[in-house]
Amino acid sequence: MLSLEKVGKTYPNGVHALERFSAEIKPGEIVAIIGGSGCGKSTLLRAIAGLDRASTGTVRLDSAVITAPHAKVGIIFQEPRLLPWLSVADNIGFGLSDLPADVRREKVAQALARVGLADKAKAWPRELSGGQAQRVAIARALVPQPEVLLLDEPFSALDAFTRRDLQDHLLDLWNDTRPTLILVTHDVDEAVVLADRVLVMRPRPGRLFEAIRINLTRPRDRSSPLFENFKRHVLTSLDRSLDRNVPDADPKTVAGEAMWW
Amino acid sequence: MSVELPVTLERADTPAAPPSSARLRRYARPALGLLLPVGLALFWEAWVGLGYSNGRLVPPPTKIFATVMELAKSGELSRHITATVTRVAAGFGLGVAAGTILGAVSGYWGLARQLLDPTVQALRAIPSIAWVPLFILWLGIFETSKIALIAVGVFFPVYLGVMGAILAVDRKIVEVGRIFRLSGPAMIRRILLPAVLPAYVVALRVGLGLGWMFVVAAEFMGASEGLGYLLIDGQQLGKPAQIVAAIVIFAILGKTTDWLIELATAPLLRWQDAFGRQSGAA
Repeated sequence: MLSLEKVGKTYPNGVHALERFSAEIKPGEIVAIIGGSGCGKSTLLRAIAGLDRASTGTVRLDSAVITAPHAKVGIIFQEPRLLPWLSVADNIGFGLSDLPADVRREKVAQALARVGLADKAKAWPRELSGGQAQRVAIARALVPQPEVLLLDEPFSALDAFTRRDLQDHLLDLWNDTRPTLILVTHDVDEAVVLADRVLVMRPRPGRLFEAIRINLTRPRDRSSPLFENFKRHVLTSLDRSLDRNVPDADPKTVAGEAMWW
Repeated sequence: MSVELPVTLERADTPAAPPSSARLRRYARPALGLLLPVGLALFWEAWVGLGYSNGRLVPPPTKIFATVMELAKSGELSRHITATVTRVAAGFGLGVAAGTILGAVSGYWGLARQLLDPTVQALRAIPSIAWVPLFILWLGIFETSKIALIAVGVFFPVYLGVMGAILAVDRKIVEVGRIFRLSGPAMIRRILLPAVLPAYVVALRVGLGLGWMFVVAAEFMGASEGLGYLLIDGQQLGKPAQIVAAIVIFAILGKTTDWLIELATAPLLRWQDAFGRQSGAA
């Protein structure tokens, strides 16, 4: 269980990025965080990752308070951030240096096969396409088997076709060990196709506006009317979150269930 | 049809073209670079040979070559080369060691940078030759002062290169190290060192170039052997062929040592995706 208790962040330059953000995220749950720019999505993710410390409140994984990067929390960034001087295989094995070499090789080979890049083991990162590089980044983050995997707009730099492909692939990988996924995104489609719950945030300062539960079975059909409905709901919520005159919606209402069907 | 045409064209081309054109390219590039110096040398040789000039002040290539052979036969050449190479090696080693350590300290540690860097930058502004009288007073006229001068010349580019490279390491890559919870030493070994290496190699090569430059300055001040001594000796006794011979040997030694650094570090830099590499492959 990942609990965020009144997490707030004010940067040294006085920017109030995040205010009293609270949420409980169950093991294996997929949560998408969506919102306009400046709503503190990335700040929140970096606080969970332990890369930046929250100014107020606490981030807790089970009983441990997170103040620094944690062994059970992995992250995938917007860019693949592969180390250019390591081969693809060595990049994937980067977080496994404590393991004996043969175990590591075995795990890396499995991960490579799992992301469909077995033939690229010896390639340099510069030789990969954008989608392949992000697959390697996903493999690198998953191979130490994190309990929580954070994704910071992981597919936003990719073309629409590759993005869909990788979204499906991510779900497929998630199914192996079912880690908690927390995904920051700009893309409503992506949020609805992946998440059990979409958290809509409103900007300046960033805070939670509405939580929308997506009650759709997987695999989800992107063209079904129900899917369209959830998308419209998230979009409407996003629009309202940008209107200064609307009070924060109650994040506890499970809005998806209150719809017309 | 219009789609297939280029394909068939390409197919017809590829089997025949690569071996010959690749071989041609491989040898054409160095050959192209040799064209100008060899052409000039041949021209001058012919010019003097035909009697348009006596070649006294600008000796023709055969005369320079004869001078080199003469020096080599008497064993003097190897004595001078050994003296110069030893000085460069010692000065380069000291300069690199000091530049690397201080550069790394001020790159990695902000307080050290604020403490150290202004002084180093101020010292850098002094023309290094200006140290010569002081070094001679402090360290005497023999080897120590010469090596010290070379080391000073090598130190600054290495120091600047290392510090700049550490400061320029991408924060995003460092974050990858943090996420995998690398300890301080592991972060240096697995992230910072490889990230800094390309710039370090460039700094070493610049430093070596300055080392060769400063060895001449060092040997101008009262050396009894070394290539710099050959230059001075040639000037004082009016032997232009000896001067040019020493210059040519400097060029060969400088290029060879630079190439050795390049060769030694190439396996470590294979991963680089740089403009130079692309044009090198083309």
